[in-house]
Amino acid sequence: MGRSRAKGPYVDPKLLKKIEKFRRGEIKEIVTWARSSMIIPEMVGLTIKVHNGRTHIPVHITEAMIGHRLGEFAPTRTFRGHGGMKKKKPPAPK
Amino acid sequence: MARIAGVNLPAKKRVDIALTYIYGIGRSRAKEILERTGIDPAKRVIDLTDQEVAALQRAVEEYKVEGDLRREIQMNIKRLIDINCYRGIRHRVGLPVRGQRTRSNARTWKGPRPDKAGRRKRK
Repeated sequence: MGRSRAKGPYVDPKLLKKIEKFRRGEIKEIVTWARSSMIIPEMVGLTIKVHNGRTHIPVHITEAMIGHRLGEFAPTRTFRGHGGMKKKKPPAPK
Repeated sequence: MARIAGVNLPAKKRVDIALTYIYGIGRSRAKEILERTGIDPAKRVIDLTDQEVAALQRAVEEYKVEGDLRREIQMNIKRLIDINCYRGIRHRVGLPVRGQRTRSNARTWKGPRPDKAGRRKRK
């Protein structure tokens, strides 16, 4: 189920503060653990470093990303392939 | 024979079923359309009058169907892929997008099982 519209999008308050600080030039990059924060229009054009459990992945925010959450852009798993797997065929149609 | 939404020429079936041959129209929409146009769902397509066919054509036009719908879906997927989000990545590698298990099953997405060494063929 989606989040109640009345509450508005969830953005970690701390992340908002960091964006403010970044805008004022007090910090030179935005580093965050707030993967569940929604991407709001004010973030477009910024590069936010999102934690993936190990490191922070730089995510450049574009307009198309609005409404998604930061964590969607910083994958938490690394897949290195299966042992003897052969070359992968193209994905199943549709 | 009736031609609705381009290439679709449903068969000699009940109209409510024949309408579902249009991509983007299922049982619910078919029912809705027939209610709105006042056509008996049990009527066969060959028995439809020209006016009824025309009414259906107009009613179907209110929905996004066939090519337009397919295109919209493709665009949505393309958007996910382009912004490089988790769902886009899953589309790209051809694995389930909505968090289903992939340890087993997920055959729709992954396709037929690859030949595995040592697996005995059943007689």
